Amino acid sequence: MSQLSTKHLLGIKNITENDVQLILDTAANFKEVINRPIKKVPSLRDITIANIFFENSTRTRLSFELAEKRLSADVVNFSSSNSSVKKGETLVDTVNNILSMKVDMVVMRHSSPGAPHFLSRNVKANIVNAGDGTHEHPTQALLDAFSIKEKFGDVAGKKVAIIGDILHSRVALSNIFCLQKLGAEVMVCGPITLLPKYIKSLGVKVELDVKKALQWCDVANVLRIQLERQQIKYFPSLREYSLYYGINKKLLDQLDKEIVIMHPGPINRGVELSSDVADSEHAIILEQVQNGVAVRMAVLYLLAGARN
Amino acid sequence: MQKRLVLDEGQIAITLRRFCHQLIENHDDFENTVLLGLQPRGTLLVDKIVSLLQEISGVKVPSGYLDATFHRDDFRRRDLPLKANETKIDFLVEGKKVILVDDVLYKGRSVRAAMDAMIAFGRPQKVELMVLVDRKLTRDYPIMPDYFGVRINTLESQYVIVEWKEQGHGKDAIWITEKDKS
Repeated sequence: MSQLSTKHLLGIKNITENDVQLILDTAANFKEVINRPIKKVPSLRDITIANIFFENSTRTRLSFELAEKRLSADVVNFSSSNSSVKKGETLVDTVNNILSMKVDMVVMRHSSPGAPHFLSRNVKANIVNAGDGTHEHPTQALLDAFSIKEKFGDVAGKKVAIIGDILHSRVALSNIFCLQKLGAEVMVCGPITLLPKYIKSLGVKVELDVKKALQWCDVANVLRIQLERQQIKYFPSLREYSLYYGINKKLLDQLDKEIVIMHPGPINRGVELSSDVADSEHAIILEQVQNGVAVRMAVLYLLAGARN
Repeated sequence: MQKRLVLDEGQIAITLRRFCHQLIENHDDFENTVLLGLQPRGTLLVDKIVSLLQEISGVKVPSGYLDATFHRDDFRRRDLPLKANETKIDFLVEGKKVILVDDVLYKGRSVRAAMDAMIAFGRPQKVELMVLVDRKLTRDYPIMPDYFGVRINTLESQYVIVEWKEQGHGKDAIWITEKDKS
Protein backbone atom coordinates (compact mmCIF):
# COMPACT_ATOMS: atom_id res chain seq x y z
CA MET A 1 0.00 0.00 0.00
CA SER A 2 1.22 3.44 -0.81
CA GLN A 3 -1.58 5.38 0.86
CA LEU A 4 -2.54 5.97 4.48
CA SER A 5 -5.92 4.74 5.68
CA THR A 6 -6.64 8.14 7.23
CA LYS A 7 -6.78 11.82 6.29
CA HIS A 8 -5.60 12.96 9.71
CA LEU A 9 -2.90 11.82 12.09
CA LEU A 10 -4.68 12.18 15.40
CA GLY A 11 -3.04 9.35 17.29
CA ILE A 12 -1.35 6.01 16.84
CA LYS A 13 -4.29 4.13 18.35
CA ASN A 14 -6.55 4.67 15.35
CA ILE A 15 -4.08 4.02 12.52
CA THR A 16 -3.15 0.58 11.20
CA GLU A 17 0.12 -1.31 11.33
CA ASN A 18 0.36 -0.82 7.56
CA ASP A 19 0.09 2.94 8.07
CA VAL A 20 2.94 2.84 10.59
CA GLN A 21 5.12 0.74 8.29
CA LEU A 22 4.39 3.02 5.33
CA ILE A 23 5.34 6.10 7.37
CA LEU A 24 8.58 4.47 8.57
CA ASP A 25 9.51 3.31 5.04
CA THR A 26 8.80 6.75 3.58
CA ALA A 27 10.74 8.39 6.43
CA ALA A 28 13.80 6.34 5.45
CA ASN A 29 13.62 7.92 1.98
CA PHE A 30 13.30 11.38 3.50
CA LYS A 31 16.24 10.76 5.82
CA GLU A 32 18.34 10.31 2.69
CA VAL A 33 16.87 13.54 1.28
CA ILE A 34 17.78 15.63 4.34
CA ASN A 35 21.36 14.41 4.17
CA ARG A 36 21.79 15.62 0.58
CA PRO A 37 23.72 18.79 -0.26
CA ILE A 38 20.33 20.29 -1.25
CA LYS A 39 17.89 19.15 1.39
CA LYS A 40 14.70 20.19 -0.28
CA VAL A 41 12.13 18.46 -2.50
CA PRO A 42 9.22 20.18 -4.26
CA SER A 43 6.45 17.72 -3.29
CA LEU A 44 4.25 20.07 -1.22
CA ARG A 45 4.89 23.30 -3.10
CA ASP A 46 1.15 23.86 -3.63
CA ILE A 47 0.27 23.29 0.03
CA THR A 48 0.02 25.72 2.92
CA ILE A 49 0.41 24.42 6.45
CA ALA A 50 -0.48 26.21 9.67
CA ASN A 51 1.39 25.27 12.82
CA ILE A 52 -0.98 26.08 15.64
CA PHE A 53 0.61 25.72 19.05
CA PHE A 54 -1.51 26.34 22.13
CA GLU A 55 1.25 24.90 24.32
CA ASN A 56 4.97 25.55 24.54
CA SER A 57 7.27 23.60 22.27
CA THR A 58 10.78 23.94 20.89
CA ARG A 59 11.78 20.67 19.32
CA THR A 60 8.45 19.57 17.87
CA ARG A 61 7.62 22.95 16.44
CA LEU A 62 11.04 23.47 14.87
CA SER A 63 11.02 19.93 13.59
CA PHE A 64 7.61 20.33 11.94
CA GLU A 65 8.59 23.67 10.47
CA LEU A 66 11.80 22.28 9.01
CA ALA A 67 9.94 19.25 7.66
CA GLU A 68 7.39 21.53 6.00
CA LYS A 69 10.03 23.79 4.51
CA ARG A 70 12.04 20.87 3.19
CA LEU A 71 8.92 19.67 1.42
CA SER A 72 8.55 23.19 -0.08
CA ALA A 73 5.23 23.87 1.68
CA ASP A 74 4.25 27.41 2.65
CA VAL A 75 4.23 27.73 6.42
CA VAL A 76 2.40 30.00 8.83
CA ASN A 77 3.02 29.86 12.55
CA PHE A 78 0.62 30.66 15.29
CA SER A 79 1.03 30.55 19.02
CA SER A 80 -1.74 31.22 21.47
CA SER A 81 0.27 33.58 23.66
CA ASN A 82 0.03 36.48 21.20
CA SER A 83 -3.29 35.73 19.52
CA SER A 84 -7.00 36.43 19.69
CA VAL A 85 -7.50 33.28 21.75
CA LYS A 86 -6.71 35.57 24.65
CA LYS A 87 -9.70 37.68 23.59
CA GLY A 88 -12.08 34.75 23.94
CA GLU A 89 -12.28 33.24 20.45
CA THR A 90 -13.24 29.55 20.30
CA LEU A 91 -10.92 26.88 18.89
CA VAL A 92 -13.10 26.15 15.86
CA ASP A 93 -13.46 29.85 15.07
CA THR A 94 -9.72 30.43 15.37
CA VAL A 95 -8.91 27.53 13.06
CA ASN A 96 -11.67 28.29 10.57
CA ASN A 97 -10.40 31.85 10.32
CA ILE A 98 -6.95 30.53 9.56
CA LEU A 99 -8.34 28.05 7.04
CA SER A 100 -10.33 30.74 5.23
CA MET A 101 -6.95 32.13 4.24
CA LYS A 102 -6.57 28.92 2.16
CA VAL A 103 -4.61 26.71 4.49
CA ASP A 104 -4.61 23.00 3.60
CA MET A 105 -3.17 21.33 6.68
CA VAL A 106 -3.07 22.09 10.37
CA VAL A 107 -0.42 20.89 12.78
CA MET A 108 -1.76 21.45 16.26
CA ARG A 109 -0.56 21.14 19.82
CA HIS A 110 -3.12 21.68 22.53
CA SER A 111 -3.28 21.09 26.27
CA SER A 112 -6.70 19.42 26.08
CA PRO A 113 -6.77 15.72 25.21
CA GLY A 114 -8.93 15.16 22.13
CA ALA A 115 -8.66 18.73 20.81
CA PRO A 116 -7.33 17.60 17.38
CA HIS A 117 -10.06 14.93 17.16
CA PHE A 118 -12.67 17.59 17.81
CA LEU A 119 -11.09 19.83 15.21
CA SER A 120 -10.95 17.07 12.59
CA ARG A 121 -14.72 16.71 12.83
CA ASN A 122 -15.37 20.42 12.53
CA VAL A 123 -12.96 21.87 9.98
CA LYS A 124 -11.99 20.99 6.44
CA ALA A 125 -8.24 20.36 6.56
CA ASN A 126 -5.85 17.54 7.29
CA ILE A 127 -5.05 17.64 11.00
CA VAL A 128 -1.79 16.46 12.49
CA ASN A 129 -1.69 16.07 16.24
CA ALA A 130 1.56 17.48 17.61
CA GLY A 131 0.60 16.55 21.17
CA ASP A 132 -2.76 16.84 22.91
CA GLY A 133 -2.42 17.16 26.66
CA THR A 134 -1.68 13.85 28.35
CA HIS A 135 -3.24 11.86 25.49
CA GLU A 136 -1.12 11.21 22.38
CA HIS A 137 1.96 12.50 20.58
CA PRO A 138 1.94 10.33 17.46
CA THR A 139 4.92 11.77 15.56
CA GLN A 140 7.15 11.33 18.62
CA ALA A 141 6.18 7.65 18.83
CA LEU A 142 6.82 7.22 15.10
CA LEU A 143 10.25 8.81 15.32
CA ASP A 144 11.09 6.67 18.37
CA ALA A 145 10.06 3.54 16.45
CA PHE A 146 12.06 4.75 13.43
CA SER A 147 15.13 5.28 15.64
CA ILE A 148 14.79 1.79 17.15
CA LYS A 149 14.37 0.27 13.69
CA GLU A 150 17.40 2.16 12.44
CA LYS A 151 19.51 0.99 15.39
CA PHE A 152 18.42 -2.66 15.47
CA GLY A 153 17.11 -3.29 11.94
CA ASP A 154 13.67 -4.20 13.22
CA VAL A 155 11.27 -3.27 16.01
CA ALA A 156 9.53 -6.65 16.26
CA GLY A 157 10.72 -8.75 19.20
CA LYS A 158 12.60 -5.88 20.85
CA LYS A 159 12.06 -5.15 24.52
CA VAL A 160 11.39 -1.50 25.26
CA ALA A 161 11.08 -0.07 28.77
CA ILE A 162 9.41 3.31 29.14
CA ILE A 163 10.67 4.80 32.37
CA GLY A 164 9.40 7.81 34.33
CA ASP A 165 6.22 9.85 34.48
CA ILE A 166 3.83 7.56 32.59
CA LEU A 167 0.71 9.15 34.07
CA HIS A 168 1.19 12.55 32.45
CA SER A 169 2.97 11.40 29.33
CA ARG A 170 1.45 11.50 25.87
CA VAL A 171 4.73 10.11 24.58
CA ALA A 172 4.27 6.97 26.70
CA LEU A 173 0.78 6.25 25.42
CA SER A 174 1.63 6.79 21.75
CA ASN A 175 4.81 4.76 22.16
CA ILE A 176 2.91 1.84 23.70
CA PHE A 177 0.43 1.75 20.80
CA CYS A 178 3.12 2.17 18.17
CA LEU A 179 5.60 -0.38 19.55
CA GLN A 180 2.87 -2.97 20.10
CA LYS A 181 1.62 -2.53 16.53
CA LEU A 182 5.16 -3.24 15.34
CA GLY A 183 5.50 -6.34 17.52
CA ALA A 184 7.77 -5.08 20.32
CA GLU A 185 7.36 -5.96 23.99
CA VAL A 186 6.71 -2.94 26.17
CA MET A 187 7.30 -2.40 29.88
CA VAL A 188 6.51 0.71 31.88
CA CYS A 189 8.49 1.59 34.97
CA GLY A 190 8.12 4.41 37.47
CA PRO A 191 6.88 5.26 40.95
CA ILE A 192 3.46 3.66 41.50
CA THR A 193 1.87 7.10 41.82
CA LEU A 194 2.99 7.97 38.29
CA LEU A 195 1.63 4.79 36.68
CA PRO A 196 -2.00 5.06 35.56
CA LYS A 197 -4.36 2.44 37.01
CA TYR A 198 -5.53 1.28 33.56
CA ILE A 199 -2.01 0.67 32.26
CA LYS A 200 -2.07 -3.14 32.56
CA SER A 201 -5.16 -3.27 30.36
CA LEU A 202 -2.94 -2.05 27.49
CA GLY A 203 -0.99 -5.30 27.65
CA VAL A 204 2.26 -3.86 28.98
CA LYS A 205 4.49 -5.21 31.73
CA VAL A 206 4.71 -3.09 34.86
CA GLU A 207 7.88 -2.82 36.93
CA LEU A 208 8.57 -0.59 39.90
CA ASP A 209 12.30 -1.34 40.19
CA VAL A 210 14.30 0.57 37.60
CA LYS A 211 17.28 -1.83 37.83
CA LYS A 212 15.08 -4.78 36.91
CA ALA A 213 13.54 -2.79 34.06
CA LEU A 214 16.96 -1.89 32.66
CA GLN A 215 18.14 -5.49 32.98
CA TRP A 216 15.06 -6.68 31.06
CA CYS A 217 15.10 -4.22 28.16
CA ASP A 218 17.02 -3.64 24.92
CA VAL A 219 15.95 0.00 24.81
CA ALA A 220 15.11 2.35 27.67
CA ASN A 221 12.96 5.31 26.67
CA VAL A 222 13.37 7.72 29.57
CA LEU A 223 10.70 10.35 30.12
CA ARG A 224 10.76 13.71 31.81
CA ILE A 225 8.89 14.40 35.02
CA GLN A 226 6.14 16.75 33.85
CA LEU A 227 5.95 19.07 36.82
CA GLU A 228 3.81 21.52 34.86
CA ARG A 229 1.00 18.96 34.67
CA GLN A 230 1.19 17.86 38.31
CA GLN A 231 -1.32 19.62 40.51
CA ILE A 232 -0.51 17.49 43.56
CA LYS A 233 2.73 15.92 44.78
CA TYR A 234 3.24 12.43 43.37
CA PHE A 235 6.60 11.85 45.07
CA PRO A 236 8.38 13.53 47.97
CA SER A 237 11.09 15.42 46.05
CA LEU A 238 12.96 15.53 42.75
CA ARG A 239 16.09 14.50 44.67
CA GLU A 240 14.35 11.38 45.92
CA TYR A 241 12.97 10.63 42.45
CA SER A 242 16.45 10.95 41.00
CA LEU A 243 17.83 8.64 43.69
CA TYR A 244 15.34 5.85 42.91
CA TYR A 245 14.59 6.34 39.22
CA GLY A 246 17.41 8.46 37.82
CA ILE A 247 19.61 6.59 35.34
CA ASN A 248 23.33 7.09 35.68
CA LYS A 249 26.50 5.48 34.37
CA LYS A 250 26.98 3.41 37.53
CA LEU A 251 23.57 1.83 37.08
CA LEU A 252 24.27 0.99 33.44
CA ASP A 253 27.68 -0.48 34.33
CA GLN A 254 26.00 -2.92 36.68
CA LEU A 255 24.02 -4.49 33.80
CA ASP A 256 25.46 -7.51 32.04
CA LYS A 257 24.56 -6.07 28.62
CA GLU A 258 24.53 -2.82 26.67
CA ILE A 259 21.23 -1.05 26.24
CA VAL A 260 20.20 1.92 24.15
CA ILE A 261 18.98 5.05 25.92
CA MET A 262 16.33 7.26 24.33
CA HIS A 263 14.71 10.47 25.55
CA PRO A 264 12.06 12.58 23.81
CA GLY A 265 13.52 15.79 25.29
CA PRO A 266 13.72 18.18 26.93
CA ILE A 267 16.07 16.43 29.37
CA ASN A 268 16.19 17.44 33.00
CA ARG A 269 19.84 16.58 33.50
CA GLY A 270 20.53 15.11 36.89
CA VAL A 271 16.87 14.15 37.42
CA GLU A 272 15.85 11.31 35.07
CA LEU A 273 19.20 11.08 33.26
CA SER A 274 22.67 11.97 34.44
CA SER A 275 24.91 13.86 32.03
CA ASP A 276 27.37 10.97 31.73
CA VAL A 277 24.53 8.85 30.30
CA ALA A 278 22.84 11.54 28.21
CA ASP A 279 26.15 12.32 26.47
CA SER A 280 27.38 8.73 26.23
CA GLU A 281 27.48 6.46 23.20
CA HIS A 282 24.50 4.54 24.63
CA ALA A 283 22.24 7.53 24.06
CA ILE A 284 20.68 8.11 20.62
CA ILE A 285 18.87 11.26 21.71
CA LEU A 286 20.26 13.51 18.97
CA GLU A 287 19.63 10.85 16.31
CA GLN A 288 16.02 10.88 17.49
CA VAL A 289 15.87 14.61 16.83
CA GLN A 290 17.28 14.22 13.32
CA ASN A 291 14.90 11.34 12.59
CA GLY A 292 12.04 13.53 13.80
CA VAL A 293 12.35 15.77 10.74
CA ALA A 294 12.37 12.79 8.35
CA VAL A 295 9.39 11.15 10.06
CA ARG A 296 7.38 14.39 10.04
CA MET A 297 8.20 14.89 6.35
CA ALA A 298 6.83 11.40 5.71
CA VAL A 299 3.64 12.09 7.68
CA LEU A 300 2.95 15.40 5.92
CA TYR A 301 3.78 13.98 2.50
CA LEU A 302 1.54 10.94 2.93
CA LEU A 303 -1.36 12.93 4.38
CA ALA A 304 -1.14 15.42 1.53
CA GLY A 305 -1.17 12.54 -0.95
CA ALA A 306 -4.18 10.97 0.74
CA ARG A 307 -6.23 14.12 0.40
CA ASN A 308 -8.10 13.36 -2.79
CA MET B 1 -4.26 -10.86 -22.96
CA GLN B 2 -2.47 -10.19 -26.26
CA LYS B 3 1.31 -9.93 -26.02
CA ARG B 4 3.70 -9.02 -28.76
CA LEU B 5 7.44 -9.61 -28.44
CA VAL B 6 9.56 -6.52 -29.10
CA LEU B 7 13.04 -7.84 -28.26
CA ASP B 8 14.07 -11.33 -27.22
CA GLU B 9 16.97 -12.34 -24.98
CA GLY B 10 19.54 -12.47 -27.76
CA GLN B 11 18.51 -9.08 -29.15
CA ILE B 12 18.60 -7.49 -25.69
CA ALA B 13 22.14 -8.83 -25.16
CA ILE B 14 23.23 -7.30 -28.49
CA THR B 15 21.58 -3.99 -27.55
CA LEU B 16 23.34 -3.82 -24.17
CA ARG B 17 26.68 -4.54 -25.83
CA ARG B 18 25.99 -1.81 -28.41
CA PHE B 19 25.17 0.63 -25.58
CA CYS B 20 28.55 -0.08 -24.01
CA HIS B 21 30.45 0.49 -27.25
CA GLN B 22 28.55 3.74 -27.88
CA LEU B 23 29.40 4.89 -24.35
CA ILE B 24 33.07 4.04 -24.87
CA GLU B 25 33.06 6.04 -28.14
CA ASN B 26 31.53 9.07 -26.47
CA HIS B 27 33.10 8.93 -23.02
CA ASP B 28 36.56 7.57 -23.78
CA ASP B 29 38.07 6.45 -20.44
CA PHE B 30 35.03 7.49 -18.33
CA GLU B 31 37.26 9.71 -16.22
CA ASN B 32 34.47 12.18 -15.51
CA THR B 33 31.39 10.09 -16.20
CA VAL B 34 28.80 8.56 -13.87
CA LEU B 35 25.74 6.43 -14.53
CA LEU B 36 22.44 6.87 -12.68
CA GLY B 37 19.71 4.24 -12.89
CA LEU B 38 16.22 5.62 -12.41
CA GLN B 39 14.11 3.90 -9.77
CA PRO B 40 12.39 1.55 -9.90
CA ARG B 41 13.14 -0.09 -13.24
CA GLY B 42 16.34 1.50 -14.42
CA THR B 43 18.44 0.16 -11.56
CA LEU B 44 18.87 -3.40 -12.80
CA LEU B 45 19.69 -2.06 -16.26
CA VAL B 46 22.35 0.29 -14.93
CA ASP B 47 23.96 -2.57 -12.97
CA LYS B 48 24.07 -4.65 -16.16
CA ILE B 49 25.63 -1.80 -18.15
CA VAL B 50 28.25 -1.17 -15.44
CA SER B 51 29.34 -4.81 -15.29
CA LEU B 52 29.35 -5.19 -19.06
CA LEU B 53 31.41 -2.00 -19.42
CA GLN B 54 33.89 -3.39 -16.92
CA GLU B 55 34.10 -6.63 -18.89
CA ILE B 56 34.67 -4.81 -22.20
CA SER B 57 36.86 -1.87 -21.19
CA GLY B 58 38.15 -2.83 -17.73
CA VAL B 59 36.84 0.40 -16.21
CA LYS B 60 34.38 0.40 -13.32
CA VAL B 61 32.24 3.45 -13.91
CA PRO B 62 30.73 4.97 -10.73
CA SER B 63 26.99 4.40 -10.62
CA GLY B 64 24.00 5.02 -8.39
CA TYR B 65 20.24 4.81 -8.14
CA LEU B 66 18.06 7.90 -8.33
CA ASP B 67 14.47 8.02 -7.08
CA ALA B 68 12.36 10.93 -8.30
CA THR B 69 9.12 10.18 -6.44
CA PHE B 70 9.25 13.40 -4.39
CA HIS B 71 9.93 15.45 -7.51
CA ARG B 72 7.06 14.11 -9.62
CA ASP B 73 4.56 16.61 -11.00
CA ASP B 74 1.58 14.25 -10.60
CA PHE B 75 1.68 14.09 -6.78
CA ARG B 76 -1.86 14.72 -5.46
CA ARG B 77 -3.10 14.55 -9.05
CA ARG B 78 -3.06 10.80 -9.49
CA ASP B 79 -5.38 8.47 -7.60
CA LEU B 80 -2.72 6.75 -5.53
CA PRO B 81 0.59 8.27 -4.49
CA LEU B 82 3.63 6.32 -5.66
CA LYS B 83 5.73 4.57 -3.07
CA ALA B 84 9.20 6.04 -2.85
CA ASN B 85 12.30 3.95 -3.51
CA GLU B 86 15.86 4.20 -2.33
CA THR B 87 18.17 6.87 -3.71
CA LYS B 88 21.73 5.62 -3.48
CA ILE B 89 24.30 8.05 -4.80
CA ASP B 90 27.58 8.18 -2.87
CA PHE B 91 29.19 10.88 -5.01
CA LEU B 92 28.34 14.40 -6.15
CA VAL B 93 27.40 14.97 -9.78
CA GLU B 94 28.96 18.46 -9.71
CA GLY B 95 30.92 18.92 -12.94
CA LYS B 96 30.30 15.31 -14.02
CA LYS B 97 28.91 13.87 -17.23
CA VAL B 98 25.80 12.03 -16.09
CA ILE B 99 24.06 9.30 -18.05
CA LEU B 100 20.52 8.65 -16.84
CA VAL B 101 19.44 5.08 -17.49
CA ASP B 102 15.86 3.80 -17.63
CA ASP B 103 14.05 0.91 -19.26
CA VAL B 104 11.19 2.65 -21.10
CA LEU B 105 10.79 6.29 -22.17
CA TYR B 106 7.10 7.17 -22.45
CA LYS B 107 5.75 10.61 -21.50
CA GLY B 108 9.09 12.01 -20.44
CA ARG B 109 7.70 13.11 -17.06
CA SER B 110 9.77 10.66 -15.03
CA VAL B 111 12.93 11.87 -16.74
CA ARG B 112 12.00 15.50 -16.07
CA ALA B 113 11.44 14.66 -12.39
CA ALA B 114 14.70 12.71 -12.32
CA MET B 115 16.66 15.68 -13.69
CA ASP B 116 15.09 17.83 -10.99
CA ALA B 117 16.04 15.27 -8.31
CA MET B 118 19.56 14.95 -9.72
CA ILE B 119 20.24 18.68 -9.29
CA ALA B 120 20.18 18.12 -5.50
CA PHE B 121 23.51 16.35 -5.94
CA GLY B 122 25.21 19.20 -7.80
CA ARG B 123 25.37 20.83 -11.22
CA PRO B 124 26.39 18.30 -13.84
CA GLN B 125 28.54 19.28 -16.81
CA LYS B 126 26.35 17.32 -19.19
CA VAL B 127 23.38 14.96 -18.97
CA GLU B 128 22.55 12.17 -21.39
CA LEU B 129 19.65 9.75 -21.47
CA MET B 130 19.81 6.04 -22.23
CA VAL B 131 16.68 3.91 -22.58
CA LEU B 132 16.04 0.39 -23.76
CA VAL B 133 12.70 1.27 -25.36
CA ASP B 134 11.71 4.65 -26.79
CA ARG B 135 7.93 4.87 -27.22
CA LYS B 136 7.67 7.14 -30.21
CA LEU B 137 5.22 10.09 -30.41
CA THR B 138 3.95 9.77 -26.84
CA ARG B 139 5.99 12.51 -25.17
CA ASP B 140 4.49 15.26 -22.98
CA TYR B 141 7.87 16.98 -22.55
CA PRO B 142 10.58 17.79 -25.11
CA ILE B 143 12.83 14.93 -24.05
CA MET B 144 14.69 12.60 -26.43
CA PRO B 145 17.09 9.79 -25.61
CA ASP B 146 20.76 9.96 -26.60
CA TYR B 147 20.93 6.16 -26.68
CA PHE B 148 17.99 3.85 -27.31
CA GLY B 149 17.65 0.13 -27.85
CA VAL B 150 14.54 0.12 -29.97
CA ARG B 151 12.12 2.85 -31.05
CA ILE B 152 8.52 1.67 -31.38
CA ASN B 153 5.03 2.94 -32.13
CA THR B 154 2.58 2.27 -29.30
CA LEU B 155 -0.92 3.30 -28.29
CA GLU B 156 -1.99 4.89 -24.98
CA SER B 157 -3.93 1.69 -24.35
CA GLN B 158 -0.76 -0.40 -24.35
CA TYR B 159 1.97 -1.21 -21.83
CA VAL B 160 5.58 -1.95 -22.60
CA ILE B 161 6.90 -4.57 -20.19
CA VAL B 162 10.58 -5.36 -19.69
CA GLU B 163 11.22 -8.76 -18.09
CA TRP B 164 14.56 -9.84 -16.62
CA LYS B 165 15.71 -13.30 -15.58
CA GLU B 166 16.96 -11.79 -12.31
CA GLN B 167 13.39 -10.88 -11.46
CA GLY B 168 12.15 -14.45 -11.79
CA HIS B 169 11.22 -14.53 -15.46
CA GLY B 170 12.27 -17.45 -17.68
CA LYS B 171 14.10 -15.27 -20.18
CA ASP B 172 14.95 -11.60 -20.70
CA ALA B 173 12.28 -10.13 -22.98
CA ILE B 174 10.46 -6.93 -23.89
CA TRP B 175 6.74 -7.14 -24.66
CA ILE B 176 3.88 -4.91 -25.69
CA THR B 177 0.58 -5.75 -24.01
CA GLU B 178 -2.90 -4.24 -23.88
CA LYS B 179 -3.84 -2.50 -20.62
CA ASP B 180 -6.37 -4.44 -18.60
CA LYS B 181 -9.73 -2.72 -19.19
CA SER B 182 -11.40 -3.99 -15.99
